[in-house]
Amino acid sequence: MHIHRFERFWIGVSLVAIAIFIATVVIGFSVYDLRVIGAEKTVDPQNLQETKFADPGVRKAEPGSEVDYEVYVMSRQFMFNPGTAEPITVPTDAKIRFHITSPDVLHGFEVVGTNLNTMVIPGQVATFTTRFDTPKTYGLLCNEYCGAAHHVMEGRLKVVSKSQFNEKQLVQ
Amino acid sequence: MTFIDNYPKSAKIAKANFLVAFIALAIGGLFGLIQALHRTGWARNIISSAEYYTMLTGHGVLLALVFTTFFIAGLFVWGVTRSLDREPENMAFSWSWFWIMLIGTLMATVAILGGFVEGSSIRAAVLYTFYPPMQAHPLFYIGAALLIIGSWMAGADWFRSYLAWRKEHPDERIPLQTYMTLFTMLMWYVCTVGVALEVVVLLIPWSLGWVNQIDPLLPRTLFWYFGHAVVYFWLLPAYFVWYSILPKLSGGRLFSDSMARIVFIIFLILSTPVGYHHQYADPGITVGFKFYAMATTLLLLLPSLLTLFTVVASMEHGAKQRGGKGYFAWLGKLPWGEPAFAGCALAGIMFAAGGFSGIINAAMNINILVHNTIWVPGHFHLTVGTAVALTFMAISYWLVPQLTGRKLKNKTLALIQPYLWFLGMTLMSNAMHRGGLAGIPRRTAEPNYSQFDFEAVFGTISEIKWQIAIGGILLTVSLVFFLWVIFNSWFRGERADKPVDDFIPAALSGPEHAPKILDNIKLWVLLAIALVLIAYSVPLAEMVMDGLFSPGAPTIPV
Ligand code: HEM
Ligand SMILES: [Cu+2]
Ligand SMILES: [Cu+2]
Repeated sequence: MHIHRFERFWIGVSLVAIAIFIATVVIGFSVYDLRVIGAEKTVDPQNLQETKFADPGVRKAEPGSEVDYEVYVMSRQFMFNPGTAEPITVPTDAKIRFHITSPDVLHGFEVVGTNLNTMVIPGQVATFTTRFDTPKTYGLLCNEYCGAAHHVMEGRLKVVSKSQFNEKQLVQ
Repeated sequence: MTFIDNYPKSAKIAKANFLVAFIALAIGGLFGLIQALHRTGWARNIISSAEYYTMLTGHGVLLALVFTTFFIAGLFVWGVTRSLDREPENMAFSWSWFWIMLIGTLMATVAILGGFVEGSSIRAAVLYTFYPPMQAHPLFYIGAALLIIGSWMAGADWFRSYLAWRKEHPDERIPLQTYMTLFTMLMWYVCTVGVALEVVVLLIPWSLGWVNQIDPLLPRTLFWYFGHAVVYFWLLPAYFVWYSILPKLSGGRLFSDSMARIVFIIFLILSTPVGYHHQYADPGITVGFKFYAMATTLLLLLPSLLTLFTVVASMEHGAKQRGGKGYFAWLGKLPWGEPAFAGCALAGIMFAAGGFSGIINAAMNINILVHNTIWVPGHFHLTVGTAVALTFMAISYWLVPQLTGRKLKNKTLALIQPYLWFLGMTLMSNAMHRGGLAGIPRRTAEPNYSQFDFEAVFGTISEIKWQIAIGGILLTVSLVFFLWVIFNSWFRGERADKPVDDFIPAALSGPEHAPKILDNIKLWVLLAIALVLIAYSVPLAEMVMDGLFSPGAPTIPV
């Protein structure tokens, strides 16, 4: 087959570019710890009262855990609990693990202006770990269509400095 | 003599398909305008915010599924007929697939539009991705299934023509247009297995109430098994136009026939095992499979970059035939004053921009920044909404005269139309991308919140909004021009023996230079199936093993 020499050159450049793109993601993953969500455990969305989602909110992690706090968020038509009625409040400089699920339809959990962004799927628990360096209040919204009032599903995530964080508010 | 004189039966069925496509485009486009005005707050009184989602379902289904599928069917009827020089083997069969697709479309459309009737129980505000456990009326799912079944029969029709042709031409290479049609349809068969299983095995029984719970992840995964390849089902017919017609419109010949074949093979093999790239943000899919999908997705850049090369080289050849010179100066010699050429070329330029934002979407961990934001519609209005839709509109200016035997009317409007689309899409799409970087969500009737405000990274939020609104208006005006030109030409155009120059010259490097293995259909299909099995057998088995409908979520009717 006849391939023009310019075309050969172009194929070479294309392959190098593709390799660079893949490498960018790998480096982000390994060096900068920019992860994506994976497969954790499944739950029965019709029986969440038997799980920690029955009493959602911020908890102190079990002793010996690799994180400091665990946050359980229930996303349902059309609110986050916690998040909507009162903000999700977490301290700076701590390892925080989020667990999010839904008892009804698909939702999204997007902390505006950050890369905390996940699908919330009934039957699955979205789990990710993060930390915040500075106190700030972020917007929180649902970015997956979840019904006629999807556009009102919002809330806040409040990061307070470690010293001002009141552990008495935690879910026991 | 033109197409309608040589192949009157094919012309008739191609026209029927185009007619449905253009009606869907008209309604879907109108919905798009109302959405743009509603979202930005320019006009929130045309529909209620609850009805917004019914409208958005209509926009997605009518444009992304109906307009595309029917236009593609018409285009392929034309291409297979002319490149094999034979009409369909059995017209009753051909008309039966058309009617099955149409009946399916009407059923789904009725289910969607029912949402505008107060108190109606026939509703389908589930968007064109119809993720359960939100449930539409059964008409919607049955209609969708019929549309797919009809398209399978259409593909069978083209294979039949090919086999009949093969008997009479045992040693010839498959003509390029038929080759591209067959490979597109093979890819379509591989990928629609997913959505067909989803709809027929899971959603139809569930919507009829035979089961009362559903595992949301399984149908979602089956949908995306289909959902990326479907974008290539839209795109490959645009490539068909760019490879087989655009070089001629630029005044030259296709650069390399073998490259075109290789590109279509790569798409057949790689289009389906990439579906998880729409699920990067999903819990329940392991990171390893997401990674495999990402690598495959980025490899798919290769055939598009090869297409860029071949198409630009062919255009350069054309321009040089017309007296063009230099490294870039030849660009000026291209027929920018011809609507069909200008539309295809502008569509190609926008596709390059869409390719850039596509690379960002594909990069798994960067994707999370823009996942489900308005960035994503910003991206696909460049790809399907322009590269595909504008190519289809532009090539209609060249095809409709052949199919009707009438000359194109309103040439000035026809020429303004693609430029106006380009301008409108530049405004709407860049603003959508930037809105997405600010975190503004897609699929949201009123993206303004009481507890916080968005901060734009580039520009300001109000400027982003007006660009979306003005862009949407310009796009709609462009669409009206298109519909008017086509309507006028089709029904009132002057009859002519040769309404357009429809001769397509041979490629510079023709099929005689292409290795025979490129035409080995079985080999490439087997390879495609193998890659799909690697990507999907384990995850799907895991999702199915705990019960087809578990972990089960309760049904939520919309
Ligand atoms: C008049 C021209 C058009 C305008 C003004 C327009 C406007 C819009 C807007 C504003 C949205 C975002 C809605 C939201 O996420 O809340 C949207 C979504 C969409 N548009 Fe368009 N659009 C146009 C043409 C097209 C064309 C030609 C296609 C494809 C052939 C297309 C396919 C889609 C799809 C698939 C969606 C996503 C629907 C969903 O999220 O469920 N649009 N359009
Ligand atoms: Cu929502
Ligand atoms: Cu995709």
